[in-house]
Amino acid sequence: MSSITYLEAIRLAQQRALKEDPRVFIYGQDIGVFGGAFKATKNLAKEFPGRVLDAPISEDAMVGLAIGAAIEGMRPIVEMQFADFSTCGFNQIVNQAATLHYRTGTPCPIVVRLPSGGTPGSGPFHSQSMEAIYAHYPGLVVMTPATVEDAYTMMLEAVALEDPVIFCEHKFLYYHLKAEKLPKFPGEELPFGKARITRPGRDATVVAYSAMVHEALAAAEELTQDGYDIEVVDLRTVRPIDTDTILASVARTGRLLVVGEAWPWGGVAAEVVARVATEGFGLLDAPPQRLNAKETPVPYHPALWGTHRPTASSVANSLRQLLEL
Amino acid sequence: MTKPKSAKTKGSQEKSSTGATAGVLTAELARRAYRTMLEARLLEEKLAALYRSGKIVGGVFLGRGQEALSVSLGVHLRRGDIYAPLIRDQAGRLAFGDTILDTLRTYLGSSLGSMRGRDGNIHRGRPSEGYHAMISHLGAMVSTVCGSLVAKRFRGEKGTVGATCIGEGGTSTGSFHEGMNMAAVEKLPLVVVVANNQYSYSTPNDRQFACSDLLAKAAGYGVQGHRAVGNDLVDCLSVIGEAVAAARRGEGPQLVVADLLRLVGHGEHDDASYIPEALKKSPLGRDCLELAKQSLVEREWLSEEEAASWHKAVEKDVEETASKVLREPAPDPTEEDWNAFASLGRNH
Ligand SMILES: Cc1ncc(C[n+]2csc(CCOP(=O)(O)OP(=O)(O)O)c2C)c(N)n1
Ligand SMILES: [Mg+2]
Repeated sequence: MSSITYLEAIRLAQQRALKEDPRVFIYGQDIGVFGGAFKATKNLAKEFPGRVLDAPISEDAMVGLAIGAAIEGMRPIVEMQFADFSTCGFNQIVNQAATLHYRTGTPCPIVVRLPSGGTPGSGPFHSQSMEAIYAHYPGLVVMTPATVEDAYTMMLEAVALEDPVIFCEHKFLYYHLKAEKLPKFPGEELPFGKARITRPGRDATVVAYSAMVHEALAAAEELTQDGYDIEVVDLRTVRPIDTDTILASVARTGRLLVVGEAWPWGGVAAEVVARVATEGFGLLDAPPQRLNAKETPVPYHPALWGTHRPTASSVANSLRQLLEL
Repeated sequence: MTKPKSAKTKGSQEKSSTGATAGVLTAELARRAYRTMLEARLLEEKLAALYRSGKIVGGVFLGRGQEALSVSLGVHLRRGDIYAPLIRDQAGRLAFGDTILDTLRTYLGSSLGSMRGRDGNIHRGRPSEGYHAMISHLGAMVSTVCGSLVAKRFRGEKGTVGATCIGEGGTSTGSFHEGMNMAAVEKLPLVVVVANNQYSYSTPNDRQFACSDLLAKAAGYGVQGHRAVGNDLVDCLSVIGEAVAAARRGEGPQLVVADLLRLVGHGEHDDASYIPEALKKSPLGRDCLELAKQSLVEREWLSEEEAASWHKAVEKDVEETASKVLREPAPDPTEEDWNAFASLGRNH
């Protein structure tokens, strides 16, 4: 098998979902014959006639349609062209999808795909990481796969779940990550909602998710030259959040750095720090730290963007500081 | 009552007014509609009284004056259809199969109500039975109903329709626009009834929109438009009956606009002092329940005696149900599962 990209894994997972479950359909802008802005649905409209539908530029109504279809037993997948535009569908996501089961007992099994995160030259409106905003709302599952294999299996899990899922797929990983083969079934390696120890270590824990896992891994590699052995935890889903795995890791290392590509204020990194501080204070040998994007809109120019987000070298710097505390 | 001539806009697909002879208007349908209007009216009067005596949990939003329009949609829907009523649709809800009992339970916060104290008043429904539970955010239900209709299309179901109502104020939302446009693109069997009661809370129409006629929007969306006289039951029944029938026949989305006035405040906390007396005394302000009775009596579809006996029976039903529900338990926070997820445990 030729190597499979993260993007292709998402396409293949959707293809499999369409094939195996007649309740699945996909709805989004330019996703039909055109195959999507990123080609995540390439050829699917042809293979599954009538089930991969072009939507008008109406994010609110796109999510509303998915909710109504889910109420009637379908399993819709909505593709946002960019995560940033999900703000226009925000109301339906947080006020209708997230509340439906609690209010009425009727589940709302929709998947909203958010092509997320920064790429060079994308600027303020095509670069955002929105996981924290959605994770804030009880009732929403928020997935942030960092590997090709996870992108595949977690997409299948997302479709199978009874709850609305915000699927944050990272655009930077779309073409950069490759795998030789895909797992056959979801849950083969790890059950849904479980974090992964991507790299075991003993001196400090880096908790990351999505593209930041790879920056953390590179930083950990860099620190081996200083004689440090860094553990990297990949959250995989930010909601539910696997506090147990995080605490167990901190228990081994005594030090915590949380890395997120999104802004720090009220974000996922803040949540992890809060949980470790409240539930694992005694495990810590140093104050828990976090590293996030700078507190401005995501800048356009690659020179600015490259400094705006955490990178392997800024993660390595933060780790060095943490290890000296 | 004279019907205002419909303003034909260029390119509009507005249907000419149908009148009482067209469509499927029968004595039986009109009688059922009137009886349901009466139930809604007396139930809402009870709700207002309960509100004044401090028994209601939260607010009360009534549809007094809009029962004819509301019920006319409800009675034309059947099992398998989708219905997403809004704030002033007590009559339509009862016609669709909601009950006096569940209404009272929801308003009074009984744990036995369909919303179990988790939501209240007009935010109730049974989505799994095609009865959507509105969220407050106006316009949101248009696309949700579209989604349910798309699901039915996937299943190959034919002849079912979806319907929702909205106030003229709600037509200013982006959601309304997106939903109408989407329904038109997908050619869905959707019926949207706009109750133009001239006010959105306190905001008069000249601060809400600048078009001279809301029905002109039908042409803009590429859907069929219908105009009904909002406080005339017989007219509402025939016009909405025709709109629903057209949707069922596969003619795509139908937009119904009806002018009327709400004969209460926005909610029971509001005295509607911003509505001028002259407007209240105009034909728009005439009470649809009274007009409906007259109209049915004139047609000899109903007698004054029968109307009076229905009134008594409904009043009794409402009173008895209310006293029963008042004794029912409130939701118990220690028994609440405090879990918003369908497939995960709590505290995620
Ligand atoms: C999106 C949104 N904004 C504001 C409100 C608050 N609100 C509730 S009802 C209402 C007035 C609605 O007027 P209209 O749509 O004409 O319906 P009516 O009350 O006249 O029946 C407003 C502003 C809301 N529910 N949703
Ligand atoms: Mg109004």
